[in-house]
Order: sequence, then C-alpha cells, then structure tokens
Amino acid sequence: MGSVSSGRRRVGTGRAAATSAALAILGLAPLLVTREDWLNLGVIFFLLVALAQSWNVMGGFAGQVNLGHAAFFGIGALVTRHLWTGGLAIPLAVAAGVVLATVAGLAVGMAAFRLRGAYFAIGTLALAEVLRIAIGNVLPQISTLPAAVIAAYRLSIRYYAAAGLAVATTLIVTALAASRLGLAMEAVREDETAAEAAGVGAFRVKLAAVAVSTSLAGLAGGVFAFYHISYYPQFVFSPAWTFDPVLITFIGGVGTIHGPVLGAALFVFLREYLALHWVDLHLLIFGVLFIAIVLLLPGGLVEAAARLRALGARRSRAVGPGPTGRAEPSQSSRWGESLRRRS
Amino acid sequence: MTGILQQLVLGILLGSLYGLAAAGLSLVFGVLKVLNVAHGELIMLGGYAAFWLVALVGLDPFVALLLIIPLAGLFGFLLYGGLFRFIVRHGEETRIKNSLLVGFGLALTLQALAVRLFTADERSITTSYRGRALLVGGVVLPLGRVLNLVVALVLITLLHLFLRKSRWGQAIRATSEDWEAASLLGIDVRRAYGLAFAIGTALAGAAGTLVSLGYSISPSIGLEWTLKALIVIVLAGLGSAFGTFVGGVVLGCAEAVSAIAFGGAYREVIGLLLFFCALVARPQGLFGRS
Repeated sequence: MGSVSSGRRRVGTGRAAATSAALAILGLAPLLVTREDWLNLGVIFFLLVALAQSWNVMGGFAGQVNLGHAAFFGIGALVTRHLWTGGLAIPLAVAAGVVLATVAGLAVGMAAFRLRGAYFAIGTLALAEVLRIAIGNVLPQISTLPAAVIAAYRLSIRYYAAAGLAVATTLIVTALAASRLGLAMEAVREDETAAEAAGVGAFRVKLAAVAVSTSLAGLAGGVFAFYHISYYPQFVFSPAWTFDPVLITFIGGVGTIHGPVLGAALFVFLREYLALHWVDLHLLIFGVLFIAIVLLLPGGLVEAAARLRALGARRSRAVGPGPTGRAEPSQSSRWGESLRRRS
Repeated sequence: MTGILQQLVLGILLGSLYGLAAAGLSLVFGVLKVLNVAHGELIMLGGYAAFWLVALVGLDPFVALLLIIPLAGLFGFLLYGGLFRFIVRHGEETRIKNSLLVGFGLALTLQALAVRLFTADERSITTSYRGRALLVGGVVLPLGRVLNLVVALVLITLLHLFLRKSRWGQAIRATSEDWEAASLLGIDVRRAYGLAFAIGTALAGAAGTLVSLGYSISPSIGLEWTLKALIVIVLAGLGSAFGTFVGGVVLGCAEAVSAIAFGGAYREVIGLLLFFCALVARPQGLFGRS
C-alpha cells in the first residue's frame, strides 16, 4: 500500500508548505505593510487565535464548556498592566499575570468541577460576571499607558508579540493533543465515568486542562495589556472575550487544532468586511452560523473540509488508481458524536 | 428606617418580575429538560413588542399585554418547531449541553437583530400614571410597579391553575415527571413539549412588557435577565409556580439588603454568589425538587 502512504505524505508536505507560506507572509507583514489598521487587525486576529486555542483546551479537548474564560484573560491583562506601569519589566509582568490567572483558574476549577455539563457552564459564567462587576466598581478609572511608553510605542513589536503568542499557543495545544494527557482529556470528555473506570483520574485531568487553558488565556491578556494603549479595566473582563472565542472555536471546529485558526480568520474577516457595510451584522451572521453548526455540523469548518476531501478522494478513486482511503476522521467529529449520541 | 423599608419594598416589587421571568424558564427547563439561555432575549423582545405597540398604535400597556401573550406564545411555538424540536431528541445530558449552545447562539442572534432593528438606545414605556405613586407610612409605592406586581401574581396564579386543573396542564406535568411513562399513557409528548415552550415564551413576553413598563429595556438586557431567572430557579427549585414567584421576591429582597449593606453598585453580585454556592452545594443539578 505504498501509494496510500505516499499520498498521505504528499498531502502532509502540501499542508506544511501552505502553513509556512502563510507564516512567512504574516511574519513579513510589518516590513511590507505600512497601513497601521491592517497591523492592528493582525494583532486582534492573533489574540483571538490564542484565546480560541486556550478555550479549546478545556471546552474542546476536555469537554468542559467554560463560559467564564474572559475572567482569566482579564486577570492576565489587569496584573500585567498594573505591574508593568508600576515599573516591572514587561516579561516579568506578563509572567506574573500568567501565574495569577492560573492560580485563579485552579481555584475556580476546584470548586466548579463538582458541576457537570451545563451547570459548569452557567456556574463559570456567574463567577466571571461577579468579577467583572467588582472590577468595574473597584477600578472605574481608565487605564492609559504612561506618556513615555506611548512616545516609544512601536506597533511592529506588538504585532510580533501577538504573532508569537498565537504560534506558541498553537504549538502548545498541538503538543498537548498528541500527549497522554490530551488523550486522557478526550476520555473524560467522552465519558467521565468510563474514564474513571479505566484508571483516568478525571478530577486531576480536568485540573490540568484548566491550568493549561487559563495560563494561556492569562498570557493572551498580558499581550493585550502590552498592546492596547488605553482601556477601562472592566473591558478586559467583558463577556465578549468569552463569547467570541466560543463562536470561533465552534465555527472552526471544536476539539481540533486548525479549527480555532480557521474560525478566527473567518471571524475577523467577516467582522471587518461587514463593519464597512452594515454595522454589527457580523454577530447576527455568526449567531446563525453557530446554531447551524451545533445542530447540523458539530465538527465545524474542519469537518466540512474533511468531508469535501473524502468526497474528492472517492471521485479520484473512481477515475483511476490514486491516493485511496477516506480522510481521517477529525477529532471534532468525535465531539460531534458525543453530542449526537443516543439520538 | 423608612429608607431601609423603602429599599425592601422596591426589592419586592422588582423581585415579582424576577419570579415571572423565572416561571417561564423553569417551566421549559422542568418539562423539556433544556436550558434556554436565550430566555432573557425573549423577555427583551417582549419588552420591545410592548414598547412599539404603545408608541405606534397607542395602546395602553396592559391592553398591549393581552396581545403580546398570545403573540409571544406563537413565537415560542415556532421557535420550538424550528430549533428546540431537534434538541429534545437526545438523551438528558446531551440535551442540556446542546440547548445551552443553541440558546447561546440564539441569544447572540436576537440581540444583534434587536440592535439592528431598534438601535441600542435604552427605552421604556411612559404612561399617564407612570409618575404616580402611593404613599403608605412614609414608603413610596410607584403605581406602575405595584400594578406590575399585581399582574405578575395574576399570571402566576393562572399558570398554577392551568398546570393543576386543566387536561393539558396535567399532560405537561406528567411529561415533566417521566416522558416515557407519559407517552405510554397516550400523551402526545411532542405536543406537550411544544405547548410548554410556547407558554414559557408567552410568560417571557409578559415579563418583558412589565419590565419596559416599570423599568427600561435595551437590546443587551437579555443576559442579565437570564441570569436572574437562573438564580431564582436555583433558589426555588422546580415544579411549583408559586415557589418560583416567592424565589423571585426573595432574590429581590436579597439584592435590596446587599445594596443597603454594600452600596448599590454591588446589588448584582449577591445573587450571582448565592447562585454559585447553591450550584456547588447541589452538584447533581437543578432537577432535584424541593
């Protein structure tokens, strides 16, 4: 079956080439593009990729729908901004933000992992709202960078920081998905009781998931605090920092690594494109798309692409000898089956 | 002293709307076993329907209410047929998870639609009697909000009577107890689901009307009202319309007390914390009847 493996390898190298080309274009953008709005768009895209990837660790791989993700992004941003403007070097400030976000994540996890399924989701949503309201009351003043920092502000550095964040997050999630821990997470997602019976400590696995997920969210928050010149502290805690990544992950393909990237690209593109023509319509489209995907295509764009490829492979097999074999079932379809099971 | 009493009275008046908002969600949750997190958005739409009926047609808001209840019920029926019908096919755990996601998408969609159609402005219904108030022992009772409480109580009583006395009400209760047994007894479970969802939406429409009458509405109020309704359900348990109403009043009072103790800025926080603690204390979920 040499033709099969060579066919797979061909697909693999093609994808790797496409990925490196995309990375090269994105990496050179600050040197080629002079329009600042495009670079800002790039930063937002990278932040959303990182947030969606981090949400996906808990929501996609471990199956714990966390609707309070914004809280950890917010903690990362808040701590980083506070320490950085207080005089600490930015890498240390970001690290402190990551640590605090992780600690908060573990604390919430300890309490909230007693809840299953939807109760976990609404419980985390309630906690994040508590934090948002409290922050709005305690810190009503807008947070602006000091004049000296603004004078030395270079957008290209922020752009590379955000790009590094997105790439690092994606690589970490890729490594996680291939690891024993990643498998354990999927086992917990599919059937917690069965996973326990098979010797997987569900509670510990979920705590590991929450630690990875919230530390990455805190890191994204730190980069945001480094990037954004002036915002109200409450803004980084707003539910949109949860809801956008959830939309992006589901539309791209929940429980997959490509899904959050594809979803974020589509999200940013549609939002900017539609904002030019019809204000706020992108949320309407995304809401409808989201419902359709949950009901009809639980694997999102990644599953749609896999099905198209499978269709193409079947066609070419009918024509003559060539790379055979169906496209590998994506991880998302397993999530989808768990949604569709017992129907 | 009258200041504290005043806060409590206003808390009770607002709490009656929490109770009404939660009654619809509780019915849908208890019968269909789905968690419609777009319930707050349905309340918001009800509020806008009332606002436009009053502003454009010139109806009295309480007359508008008589129109909105059947209209909202019809909307709920369509929503069930178009969306939630596909969710109730699944087993219990999947059902609730899927409904959460679909409700989330629906909430976003309805909110974006409302911003598009009605702009993001805050609105409220102004009537000739809105400014009037009763004065009882130094405590001011705004007439509009007192009427809200009366209407909410009437609707809750009607719901209670319907569920206890009528044939369809009994069918709905039987379905919520055990849909398999109910279907063996010849109850059309699908129809009971649709009816329960329609009634839940009608109650949301009514609650929205009262909110726009006594308070104010904007496209973004949905999440807040969904959370209030969820808090009330956690506090009150499922299965009793009057229990839900009392739960709403208790939440209103708790918010008033916390506003007195910590200042108005933290009045939302107390309910959310109560909610989280109650959830963690009863991790098996909200289906336990109390």
